[in-house]
Amino acid sequence: MSNNSPETGSFFARDREWQPPAFTPWYKTSVLRSPQKALISLDNTISEITGPVFGHNMLGALDDDLIHNFAKPGESAIGERTIVYGRVLDERGRGVPGALLEFWQANAGGRYRHKKEGYMAPLDPNFGGCGRTITDENGAYAFRTIKPGPYPWPNGPNDWRPSHIHFSIFGHGFAQRLITQMYFEGDPLIWKCPIVRTIPDKSAIEQLVATLDMEATIPMDARAYKFDIVLRGRRSTMFENRREGN
Amino acid sequence: MTQSLNRLKESASQTAGPYVHIGLTPNFAEIPGVYPEDLGISMVNDKTKGERITIKVRVIDGAETTLKDALVEIWQADADGLYNSPSEMRGAADPNFKGWGRKATDMSTGECIFETIKPGRVPFRDGRPQAPHITFWVVARGINIGLQTRMYFGDEEKANAEDPVLQRIEHKIRVPTLIAPREGNTYTFDIRLQGDKETIFFDI
Ligand SMILES: [Fe+3]
Repeated sequence: MSNNSPETGSFFARDREWQPPAFTPWYKTSVLRSPQKALISLDNTISEITGPVFGHNMLGALDDDLIHNFAKPGESAIGERTIVYGRVLDERGRGVPGALLEFWQANAGGRYRHKKEGYMAPLDPNFGGCGRTITDENGAYAFRTIKPGPYPWPNGPNDWRPSHIHFSIFGHGFAQRLITQMYFEGDPLIWKCPIVRTIPDKSAIEQLVATLDMEATIPMDARAYKFDIVLRGRRSTMFENRREGN
Repeated sequence: MTQSLNRLKESASQTAGPYVHIGLTPNFAEIPGVYPEDLGISMVNDKTKGERITIKVRVIDGAETTLKDALVEIWQADADGLYNSPSEMRGAADPNFKGWGRKATDMSTGECIFETIKPGRVPFRDGRPQAPHITFWVVARGINIGLQTRMYFGDEEKANAEDPVLQRIEHKIRVPTLIAPREGNTYTFDIRLQGDKETIFFDI
């Protein structure tokens, strides 16, 4: 990880058979929100290979602590105390330093703090549900939270979301922009969830399931789950070739 | 068997869901006090160089209904056509312009508004100038993987006509879906997810 000079290459093509398709009628909201025409392929230009940078100095002291960042002084959020840690890598296996991770989740009862949320489970007055952090020089990150509860949602007559944490990731280029979700090892709801099943490949789903790591657990305090995230890789130079006619 | 390339696979995308605002615009979502302000909420200050413009964005579904739970991010060059990014090798961008903005669509009108500046032209891969444009990324409940598109400017007819990306689009009838008309200093960009006027989305 000694070479930190900025990279200017274009990104590897996104594997559209690995990623979920837009139209997945078992997840009903996708029906009217899925483009029906083919995406138009665009070789990356400087508009796609560049992206904004976020400095560690923008982070507040509790941004990576969801147990306390919304809690009243001296209080803390209710739930299973959990550490989530891992690395942001790219498809070449290199750590992505300086990646901004933003995450949001329901509380321990499966309830979100949101106007449009109607689930009867109660709000936790000490839990807001959002946090953020920036990866270090090796692409590593960690944050502290409570394990979110599963919750029912209106799709089929009896659909439940498995426990999950939503992640938004900024890498080094705007074309790497990604939103995904982290699931917890051993949750039987994962394989029944219509949103999980928008992903066609079983191993792509397994890649989103965080592993319980007893060695990283803090005894008498919090269990730890490891969750690595992979962003698109990139070529070494931008102007490796020119197409005919240009 | 042969040697492995040791490549990893990109993490699969999942929808941003209905509560994306909690994570990305918590102050907008009425979760105050965690962050001083939402990221990407303001793009310009009094020192930013360039022509001030307003962009009004709507995201419209296949039933002609405006999404009230979408989140839109934009990325653009500064007035001189330079990106504020370490991967920009052509020079230093305006330090008073980050070039990135993020807005949630209004929960009652479905509209979101970016106050920004008109970007300069940036080169295509072969060095030809592209027309001024802004890169868009749209996520929402029901969108399984973020949609990437571009907005071009309605008052840049000549530049648009010679733009290498627009020129490559086979179905010319679709090109106007990427061009935002101008009225005063305001551009209106409707992103249609489906239908006859479905916006062109890119695989970038
Ligand atoms: Fe959720």
